[in-house]
Amino acid sequence: MIIQTRGLGRDFVVRRTRIPAVADVGLDVERGEAVGFLGPNGAGKSTTIKMLTGVLVPTAGTARVCGLDPVRERKALARRIGVVFGQRSQLWWDLPLAESFALHGAIHRVPAARHRERLDECVELLDMAAFLSTPVRQLSLGQRMRGEVTAALLHSPELLVLDEPTIGLDLASKERLRTFLAAVNARGDVTLLLTTHDLPDVERLCRRVVVIDKGRVLVDDDLATLRRRFAGNRTLVVDLVEPAGPLHGLHGVVDVAVEAQGMRQRLEFTGSAAGLIAEAARRVEIRDVTVDEPSIEDLVRTLYAS
Amino acid sequence: MLSPYPQLVIAGFRRHSTYRQAALAGLTTNIVFGLLRAAVLLAVLAQRPVVAGYDVAAAVTFVWLGQGLLTVVLLWGDTELATRIRTGDVVIDLGRPWDLQAALLAGDLGRAGFAVLARLVPPMAFGAALFPIRWPERPATWALFAVAAMLAVVVSFGIRFLLNASAFWLLDARGVFAVWGVVGGVLSGLVIPLAWFPEWARTALAFTPAPSLFQTPIDVFLERGEPVGALAGQAFWAVLLLGVGRVVLHRGSRRLVVQGG
Amino acid sequence: MADRVLLRIVASRIRSQLAYRTSFALHVVAQLIGQGIELVAILVVFTQVTSLGGFDRDEVVLMYALAATAFGLADLSVGQVEELPTYIRTGELDVLLLRPLGTLVQILSADIALKRVGKVVTGLAVLAYAYATSGIDWTPLRVLVAATAPLCGAVIFGAVWVAANTVSFWVVDGREVANSVTYGSNFATSYPITVYGPWLRRVLCFAVPGAFVAYFPALALLGRPDPLGFPLWLQYAPPLVAALAVGGAALVWRAGVRRYQGTGS
Repeated sequence: MIIQTRGLGRDFVVRRTRIPAVADVGLDVERGEAVGFLGPNGAGKSTTIKMLTGVLVPTAGTARVCGLDPVRERKALARRIGVVFGQRSQLWWDLPLAESFALHGAIHRVPAARHRERLDECVELLDMAAFLSTPVRQLSLGQRMRGEVTAALLHSPELLVLDEPTIGLDLASKERLRTFLAAVNARGDVTLLLTTHDLPDVERLCRRVVVIDKGRVLVDDDLATLRRRFAGNRTLVVDLVEPAGPLHGLHGVVDVAVEAQGMRQRLEFTGSAAGLIAEAARRVEIRDVTVDEPSIEDLVRTLYAS
Repeated sequence: MLSPYPQLVIAGFRRHSTYRQAALAGLTTNIVFGLLRAAVLLAVLAQRPVVAGYDVAAAVTFVWLGQGLLTVVLLWGDTELATRIRTGDVVIDLGRPWDLQAALLAGDLGRAGFAVLARLVPPMAFGAALFPIRWPERPATWALFAVAAMLAVVVSFGIRFLLNASAFWLLDARGVFAVWGVVGGVLSGLVIPLAWFPEWARTALAFTPAPSLFQTPIDVFLERGEPVGALAGQAFWAVLLLGVGRVVLHRGSRRLVVQGG
Repeated sequence: MADRVLLRIVASRIRSQLAYRTSFALHVVAQLIGQGIELVAILVVFTQVTSLGGFDRDEVVLMYALAATAFGLADLSVGQVEELPTYIRTGELDVLLLRPLGTLVQILSADIALKRVGKVVTGLAVLAYAYATSGIDWTPLRVLVAATAPLCGAVIFGAVWVAANTVSFWVVDGREVANSVTYGSNFATSYPITVYGPWLRRVLCFAVPGAFVAYFPALALLGRPDPLGFPLWLQYAPPLVAALAVGGAALVWRAGVRRYQGTGS
């Protein structure tokens, strides 16, 4: 068991009023798992992560991470976990990326040979060779995030905590990062705990999803089960060359909404988007298509409604 | 694997050496102020050949060494930790398996090392080209001066660390920096030799770490007074300030960890 | 829950305002002391000697007070121009250039830094003391000089400030270079210009017309002939010099903006 919490809670006292940010979180994560930790803003995700990493003291319950008490054994824990905050940097702003890695290795006292090996692997998989000698402040966000993830992995952590790792990244960068993290997790020696607002992150990386709201665990289940039960369908947005009537009767389509006098149609569907596009193209002349994924917010909204 | 702190010293050096143009620009200001301050002190010495033990050579050495040490010892402009506390990035620093104060001190020593090359040597060379600098007569003085300068950096770090740590409580520590910025220079013997101050002011300052910053290293260089006692005084303040800093950091991070910022 | 969260946000805002108010108060204190600390240095010097560059303590304090008041007023009104590098770096300057208003006026009015009032207060206090105690033989002309000198000085410093910071249009770390001129001339004018060698005097007292901020008006007020032998009319020239400085600064600023628009970076 790499994470084990029982009744974990955290109150903040504001003007003598106790406000519970996290009320009662019980969580068991096995070694090698990949868990998506979801919830709306203010649900208590970050507070929970802070308690798991030892930078915030719980006001109720217990937490063990890697068998350690996070707050009391923070330094020992820091050697065994890696943390990536999408909105904060652990790299040295004015140093070349390679030197940030060297420093990070030194702080974690990673033996030189092991450091070299681990770094080479990350550099290759994340395609970082071209900008290793660029100062961090001159990197693009996508390049920097690759650096952040590498830094968090250099000391071979047992647990990698990722807080909004893909926030603000372009699609290609998100995809590259997901592929890499999936590969890291697939080897089985690194457990992933991931918070995100991006459903594709969860789909690519996590088999298990924990949804919290108002500081409590709402759902803790297998992702596939969860989707079957709660998530909405995807929506194909079709822009037409000429106005047309509602495109009813296409394979897999469960609902049609018409906008812009029939110039744009929203087809809620199940199954393959490719087949649906081909089928629609035979009926009307299409100028453009996009596929809208059901968002985490949609999923969570459905969860609340149920 | 070795301790990370030597590497952090090198990193501090490297970080600051990336801003070479800024260092050059700062050097201009150093030199202009050196010329002005030398002119004022020389005007004072035009009245009497020796004022409180300073002759012309000692006075110009005081000025140029002071201008050079200014960015080595660094009175102003180190607000990194306070900024990280305000933005919350300090969470990352606290989450690392290191001693945060020791890590910052290591980085600061590296910074000071770069400043010796970029900001101490050039103004001294400039001053030596135009003015009769008083160089040490005893070879041992150079070594003592190096130690005094390093202890001055540590004392200055100790003070800056406390100023920065005030952000744990104040959030915005810029006002604290501003106050230190204006009193620090005069009280530490950067502007006017402390020997020229009235007796009561000198006595009062002797109970503060301020003279350790500039007056002590400059006195050691000028071979004024007994150096070992002066270094011991600096070491005392260095240890005391670092010790207080540890307590404050512990309290501050505990506040962050317990109250959640 | 939602309104509780709101409550929490509002509460933390108030708390941070309070925290920042401490910082604000400290800033004002810093400005008050900051301007006064130079006076302390002057007074310390006069514990050792009775005259500096041919002037006694009260005379030097008068020069300091004129310079400090002028500098404080200039800082209050045009200090914001120091932020020019930030405007260039963030691209905010482009936004300003798109508006049908003077660019400089927009920058100067962007932030009325009330904390800078501290400097003026210290300057005025010492100036009032100096006017009262330095034994000036008051005539109508001297009253006129006493009233106009801090204002002319402020205009001269303001012009110097703008012109010096324009260097940021050309040089990346221009602010630091500009500091050597702005703060350098402030320091220089706090002392009689007789203490400087000929080259420093030419640059920081005449090319940058610092001598007209405090030195010449002080001579006019004290009724002293110039130890350096400059003609008497220069003592009454600050208004003219101020006008010229403003003209010069406007030209330099315009050249800077044109250069910026030319390179467009």
